[in-house]
Amino acid sequence: MPDDHIERHCVISGVGQSDVGRRLGRDPRELTLDACLAAAEDAGLTTAQIDGLSTYPGAAVPIPGFSGAGAYEVIDALRLHVDWYDSGLETSGQLGSVMKACLAVGAGMATHVLCFRSVWEGSAQGTGGRASLAGGGGGRAGPPPRASGPNQWTLPYGSASAANWIALYAQAHMHRYGTTPEQLAQIALNGRRNAARNPKAIYRQPMSMEDYFASRIISTPLRLFDCDVPCDGATAVVVSRRERAADLRHPPVRVAAMGAALHDRPSWDQLSDLTRLVGADAAAQMWSRTDLTPADVDLAELYDGFSILTMLWLEALGLCPVGESGRFVEDGSRIALDGELPLNTHGGQLSAGRLHGYGFLHEAVVQLRGDGGERQVAGNPSVAAVAAGGGNTCGCMLLTAGD
Amino acid sequence: MSDVGPRRMLPELTDRTRFYWEGGRSGQLLILCCQRCGYYLHPPAPLCPVDHSTELAPERVSGRGRVASFTVDHHRWLPAPEPPYVIALVELAEQEALRLTTNIVGCPPEDVHIGMEVAVTFEHQADSEGRGDVWLPMFRPIGGAAGA
Ligand SMILES: [Zn+2]
Repeated sequence: MPDDHIERHCVISGVGQSDVGRRLGRDPRELTLDACLAAAEDAGLTTAQIDGLSTYPGAAVPIPGFSGAGAYEVIDALRLHVDWYDSGLETSGQLGSVMKACLAVGAGMATHVLCFRSVWEGSAQGTGGRASLAGGGGGRAGPPPRASGPNQWTLPYGSASAANWIALYAQAHMHRYGTTPEQLAQIALNGRRNAARNPKAIYRQPMSMEDYFASRIISTPLRLFDCDVPCDGATAVVVSRRERAADLRHPPVRVAAMGAALHDRPSWDQLSDLTRLVGADAAAQMWSRTDLTPADVDLAELYDGFSILTMLWLEALGLCPVGESGRFVEDGSRIALDGELPLNTHGGQLSAGRLHGYGFLHEAVVQLRGDGGERQVAGNPSVAAVAAGGGNTCGCMLLTAGD
Repeated sequence: MSDVGPRRMLPELTDRTRFYWEGGRSGQLLILCCQRCGYYLHPPAPLCPVDHSTELAPERVSGRGRVASFTVDHHRWLPAPEPPYVIALVELAEQEALRLTTNIVGCPPEDVHIGMEVAVTFEHQADSEGRGDVWLPMFRPIGGAAGA
């Protein structure tokens, strides 16, 4: 049955990434185009062969640095002739844009869809903190604006950041399952260990448990080192029709399954269970679309906008039992590069920068191709789980090497 | 009761939400409730998710609940409130998973815990720009809470 699923007609044929830095001070559209051209070249395609485009979140999102370029800007800059294109924020996490590309390719609307995610939050936030302020007022003159929409329920109480909203999940998980701050720390320590082997990572100097506990509290139990680091950079991938893969430059990475489901309320504070990621619905859907099982996964690239989200994704994907993620990551050996489940092998967003979901997808393709260099997982890994998002927006994909 | 100094960011009052933010004027926590099936909706929405009835009206609730989760914020995101402060999700006694984002006041942050029994209290925020006073529902410990 799984062979009938539409994503089985799709491969990731190319990946590309711009320079990545804390604050590059460059035009974000330029970074975006760097990544897009690199991905097309990596796939062995000319821009004339790119016939589709997909991005998250698109232009006109009023959060500083959140969107480096919209779909139209890239289509116009590269003079693309697209048979299908799409962008949007209301989708199944950042990977929603890649899943939509798979649907378009599988449905025959396009053959080679360029997908990108571009951020310049590092420059936009100046010298401020790591965790980005959600919503907020904008720069109008006059009396301070009032909060409207979903923000009105949180901003009056100083619940202004995703750090606050997700701290509530972390606290609930600790209360219910006995998860400890030391276990949470392992996500940050693991990321930093791996980042030391990634030349493009933002923070590469070693981090000890003492360093972790010396970092300031942002919103209990989350510390600064539990929050990802805003950066400037763009990542792009090309989703291609599998039958066309023979023409391409690299052995393709196949899309074995994908999950987009959302069965809970699309809300950050009204979830039915505060210890369960809505990604669990997406994960269940993903596993229902393949014969592979969690036991087949060789490496996992799981969103770490905040450390607790990686733990919740481990549980959502069935890579460890529900409630057991703390014990699963304890002492860090199981999730290390040479462990049974190498995790966030490029350093994750905590240390390699908040490339917002696409960094994980890029890294999974690099690893499945065996191109990880110093950080390559040994033993020719062939199955990678990739997940992105948190709160009300989650999606996941299962990628496999070779045909 | 209004703060002197930095002000909290206040909600815009609309026809759909005004009752919630002004209920504290008379000491009432008001939650939108389906007049057909009794389901409470939060945040307010145009129809009942259970039976799709549009006969909805604000109803007074007990103001009692328990802390479903909380976090002590130490980072300054906005001019007010002044860190450290406690952000909590309070689940109201009336209905499972009927939750409000709020602050816990009236006890030291370190005394707050999941499962803590709390009751509503209101912080009046006067407005001088014609956009309307607001009474922010907040919660304080009740019963045997230490330091209350
Ligand atoms: Zn009803």
